[in-house]
Amino acid sequence: MEIIEPIIEFKNVCVSYAKNTMAVKYVNAAVARNSITAIMGPSGCGKSTLLRAANLMHMLYPNITVGGEILLNGKNILDMEPIEVRRRVGMVFQRPTPFPTMSIYDNVLAGFSLNGIRLSKSQKEQIVETSLRNVSLWDEVKDVLNKKGTFLSGGQQQRLCIARALALKPDVLLMDEPTSALDPIATKHIEELLVQLKDEVTILIVTHNMGQAKRISERSMFMYLGELIEYDDSAKMFTDPRDERTKAYLTGKMG
Amino acid sequence: MNDKIFKIVLFTAALVIPFICGGIIYSLTIDASDAISHFGFFEFLSSSEWDYTPGKEQYGALPFITGTLLTTLLALLFCIPFSLPVSLFVGEYFKGTRMAEILSTVTDLLAGIPSIIYGLWGFYMLRPIIMALNISPQGSGILTAALVLAIMIVPYAASLSAEFIKMVPSDLKEGAYSLGATRAEVIRHIVFPVAGSGVFSSYILAIGRALGETMTVTMLIGNTNQMPDSLTATGNTMASIIANQFGEADGLKLSALIAIGLLLFCITAIINMIGKVLIKRARIV
Repeated sequence: MEIIEPIIEFKNVCVSYAKNTMAVKYVNAAVARNSITAIMGPSGCGKSTLLRAANLMHMLYPNITVGGEILLNGKNILDMEPIEVRRRVGMVFQRPTPFPTMSIYDNVLAGFSLNGIRLSKSQKEQIVETSLRNVSLWDEVKDVLNKKGTFLSGGQQQRLCIARALALKPDVLLMDEPTSALDPIATKHIEELLVQLKDEVTILIVTHNMGQAKRISERSMFMYLGELIEYDDSAKMFTDPRDERTKAYLTGKMG
Repeated sequence: MNDKIFKIVLFTAALVIPFICGGIIYSLTIDASDAISHFGFFEFLSSSEWDYTPGKEQYGALPFITGTLLTTLLALLFCIPFSLPVSLFVGEYFKGTRMAEILSTVTDLLAGIPSIIYGLWGFYMLRPIIMALNISPQGSGILTAALVLAIMIVPYAASLSAEFIKMVPSDLKEGAYSLGATRAEVIRHIVFPVAGSGVFSSYILAIGRALGETMTVTMLIGNTNQMPDSLTATGNTMASIIANQFGEADGLKLSALIAIGLLLFCITAIINMIGKVLIKRARIV
């Protein structure tokens, strides 16, 4: 499997929470542009930790250290300002996190207001509409934009969070088990949405759900005990995994 | 049988407290009624005369209500720039670290200092400074009392606000960080709005403390009975006039003092009740 001009490249990435214990060990992987790449593995394998390092979330916690290089378009983000990195690498979390004191409208624009970017009213309206259309939420909420985001259903809230991240036009969208708190129908919605969004943004998604990885991703990583065991085209990995551990995980014997 | 006796003992012991509370309210009301019926309730509230020349006695509570409100409001204003940073340090910046523990212990220590000591400190340290700075000639007054009062209520406001700031889910904060917000922006746009009602209610409770504080204020406010005409003027609060004059009071004057006490009791009770209700609401969210 060869990836030409990757958007993100992990080079010997190690993450540790405490001295002498590594949660992620020497991961090397390149992520292809405008594609969906899934990261799978049993709980505690380091998949979320790796994902969170890609927009420097670890820097919020002084005890976490990251070694190696994470290249975004060829530049090491570990040397960049977290604020700049996070505007270019958005993130969606496991539990939907609309800001409870803001309306739906303000939630979509939160990325701008939080960063102190001033927009004209027409710019705002345009961003809100495109971002919400992007996540197919516009028709459902266009009449209640002034209501609080927390009034929406779980699936709608998660789509609102995706819209909020997309509003800043990031290069990459990191998703940390974005559907694990949602029911099957809402999950299906989000999966369809992600496939549509590929043209605009590169998606790196951590998932517990093997079916989901198989359905939506072009490539998949399998991590185990902090190591990247296998990384291949999803079609190949799900039919003919090279490593015994991947096979055991995919067949439900492990995990 | 034993169980029954135990229950009766518990029951009576528990009943004593509401009974005492009711008794206090009852006797305050009875003793205050003389003054209130003599001057009329609203006249008593709005009159600023405090004249105890026998024969033309005239008592009004307005200067003291004003004194209490002024010292409390000023104290609140002075307290915010200190208590808010402390609550942010403890609840957000150094959350769960040793640093936060030390800071909150020291702040709580302030709450344990007897008010007479604050009074002494204010009288012998702060008052000369106020005089030296030419803020007021006599040094004591509403401003001086409010400054010390502010220090006294910092721990109440700070430790409770810190609890509410701690409760802001880290999910939400990470959500904001992931959009490229800085820490200051997260605090301004996420932490404060979300913890807002809780923080507000902790300040209400701090106000409740400041309203009734007696010893420190009596030592620092200058104890004059006219309407204060500026913030540096001397005056009296509802609590300090009672502390000052109850010893030599009798008849109508005593009744007037008790009426002021009843008023203070009601105001404090209402403020505390509002604070508690708000806290309960804030906890639910």
